Amino acid sequence: MSERAAPITRETDEQPAETRPDDSSTETDRPPVTTGAEAVVRTLENAGVEYAFGVQGGAIMPVYDALYDSEIYHVTMAHEQGAAHAADAYGIVSGEPGLCLATSGPGATNLVTGIADADMDSDPMLALTGQVPTAFVGNDAFQETDTTGVTAPITKDNTFSSDSARVGQDVAEAFALAREGRPGPTLVDLPKDVTNGETDRVPDELTPPDTYEVQEEADPEIVRDAARRIEASSRPVMLLGGGVIKADAAEECRAFAIEHEIPVITTMPGLGSFPEDHDLSLEMAGMHGTGYANMAISLCDTLIGVGTRFDDRLTGGIETFAPDAEVIHVDIDPAEISKNIHAEYPLVGDAATVMEQLADEVDASPEAKKWRAQCQQWKSEYSMAYQAPEDEPVKPQFVVEALDEATSDQAIVTTGVGQHQMWACQYWTYTEPRTWVSSHGLGTMGYGVPAAIGARLAADDDQEVVCIDGDASFLMTIQELSVAVRENMDITVAVLNNEYIGMVRQWQDAFFEGRHSASEYGWCPEFDKLAEAFGAKGFRIDEYDEVADTIEAALAYDGPSVIDVHIDPRENVYPMVPSGGDNSQFALTEDQL
Amino acid sequence: MTYGLEGPAPEDRPAPQGRRTPQGIRIDPEVEAEHEPRRTVISALVKHEPGVLSDVSGLFSRRQFNIESLTVGPTEDESQARITLVVEEPDPGIAQVKKQLRKLIPVISVRELPGDAMRRELALIKVNATQPDRVAAVADMYGAKAVDASPETATFEITGSRQKIDAAIETFGQFGIRELSRTGTTALARDTEDTASEAPVEQQVNRQQTTSPHPTANDD
Ligand SMILES: Cc1ncc(C[n+]2csc(CCOP(=O)(O)OP(=O)(O)O)c2C)c(N)n1
Repeated sequence: MSERAAPITRETDEQPAETRPDDSSTETDRPPVTTGAEAVVRTLENAGVEYAFGVQGGAIMPVYDALYDSEIYHVTMAHEQGAAHAADAYGIVSGEPGLCLATSGPGATNLVTGIADADMDSDPMLALTGQVPTAFVGNDAFQETDTTGVTAPITKDNTFSSDSARVGQDVAEAFALAREGRPGPTLVDLPKDVTNGETDRVPDELTPPDTYEVQEEADPEIVRDAARRIEASSRPVMLLGGGVIKADAAEECRAFAIEHEIPVITTMPGLGSFPEDHDLSLEMAGMHGTGYANMAISLCDTLIGVGTRFDDRLTGGIETFAPDAEVIHVDIDPAEISKNIHAEYPLVGDAATVMEQLADEVDASPEAKKWRAQCQQWKSEYSMAYQAPEDEPVKPQFVVEALDEATSDQAIVTTGVGQHQMWACQYWTYTEPRTWVSSHGLGTMGYGVPAAIGARLAADDDQEVVCIDGDASFLMTIQELSVAVRENMDITVAVLNNEYIGMVRQWQDAFFEGRHSASEYGWCPEFDKLAEAFGAKGFRIDEYDEVADTIEAALAYDGPSVIDVHIDPRENVYPMVPSGGDNSQFALTEDQL
Repeated sequence: MTYGLEGPAPEDRPAPQGRRTPQGIRIDPEVEAEHEPRRTVISALVKHEPGVLSDVSGLFSRRQFNIESLTVGPTEDESQARITLVVEEPDPGIAQVKKQLRKLIPVISVRELPGDAMRRELALIKVNATQPDRVAAVADMYGAKAVDASPETATFEITGSRQKIDAAIETFGQFGIRELSRTGTTALARDTEDTASEAPVEQQVNRQQTTSPHPTANDD
């Protein structure tokens, strides 16, 4: 068997963990490729793939057989959904496509949620699925699913690979496509006869299909007009989305904002693109964004949106979104321009390149002193406070802050979906790109644990990986703990346990007269004990005075640990803009909804 | 005990003045932007490979574009096919149709055809033939060609603009139409103009949300 990578450990001082396969074997001393499956694997190796996440199965077996001799380290996940999320998170943290593998039929359909998730968040990911032999396709053969049909709407592109001599090329193109331009998930469906078939052809280039075009630089004329607009504005705001991080454009955006003293707001996927501890930062806008970000967005006169698709959780009602603002929209995908919010200044191109173009063109900073003062005033008026009386159950916000304090700026946060995810947005101070890994567009519960696994493998060894989860979200993919234990991965899961499907209960309280239909957990397993059963380390927090010590112990534990944090079950997330509402009308309490 | 954040209640906060249309376009107090749907023809050159048509039709249903007709067939280059779409959308919708179509990987180029493009549709119309002379006269009037006849029925082939076919169908209607089949519009640009030659991306991006680059086409 190929040499197994050493377990990932936090203690790097003594001996750096050897996670990368060594490069000693060169092209020449590798055995010649003889099958389609080997061509696939060799292509992946040439692409620099280090890890694969997947589950074995009949139709994908030839590929796994080829992986047996490969330098690529395969992590067997408990469920294909876990494989897809792990690959997705790997892609977010590393910037390179994460690879997931599944067999045909149920294996492929189990990937679907993770693929859709990556698609909504434009994460680079390559999914390889086994398929029944071509002669059986269309005959409802055992474990046959029309995988390319099922995944067509949720992939950047997918391919049914029908020829052993082409299969390497198909994989190479899919890999390149996943990361180029606006990233996204791609899929190659691999019929068993194609992977078993003979070939010696391995592509030597990683280029996307020739019909794929990306525009790097924005139209200079529009850049000029946008620059004039910025110079003339008195209430400018920058809105940084996930695209800023995808394009590695955080540096350029920071420099621009700081030079021209423009207040900066991020979307949820954009967390980390601008340091939240900077004066100019107004943090996150949107449904559960800060009051100050939402005020600024509502009243700005110029909105510089970079790498954002203006999702409705950000905009609220379109009619009331930044209604006074002329919009400068930087995006690599022309189809994002004026899709939801009309852009007066469409700047199609790579975010880093376009921000440099803009920086060169803007000669004078906008005169916005009053505006900045106003933003600061909002910051103190609507500061992100919560009340935490000693004699009441622990507040989740307190736990998030304590975790943030106990970890470095480089620590990576993953989450499930629900209230805990929003508290993780609001009460953790993000300062670095690629440290925030969450399911934004699709909002997939169960994302947190497998994402922590993928993030762990992409992260540096001394970077902590913390999963802030909800009880219901955790239960959805809890089986992946077995993987973290088997691989001895140093991750810390903090389950903010309210014994509720909390976010749903919050909406029921606000909009359904408190009728808690199917949102109460009459009984919830003890997660610390469950963690122990999986072989992880279990902790439990019930009181404030346990918080700091327990977090410290869990972080210090060298391997997966789970803290079952029993929080105030009635706590809700504020501020809140009711869906479709006006961002400036955010509610600070339930009475204001 | 109420938990919550400090700060003025919603009604005590400064409110912005402006508004946007449901399409996200900022309403200029001077000119209120209006977007009536218009009908237009979009021609896409695609790779002639399995699955492309379902990619395209899937895109339309998924994104809820209002599609009138879609035709597809091979071109002079056997590795390519041409898809001709008739859509009815307001301008922002048409812009989205073009951009989303272009995003599909097997799509080589996309273009909205100018108003003077040639557009044709084919229909087969099966009518009751109890009054053969009058039926023949109507057929003659529209240049319809008889392709089948039986003691009770006559079937005509007719090509032309959508309006012409609509008119023919209406006139044939007096005899009683038994069955009808239409193909949807196919189209080519006039003269030496290349039907699917694509404008560079920056030109496709509609800067000012004004009218289309081409006058709305009337069928021939
Ligand atoms: C797979 C999936 N199913 C259902 C939902 C709908 N949903 C959104 S939040 C939520 C509650 C999440 O509960 P929990 O994970 O305990 O987090 P909490 O809100 O309590 O912090 C649900 C059911 C979802 N987002 N994803």
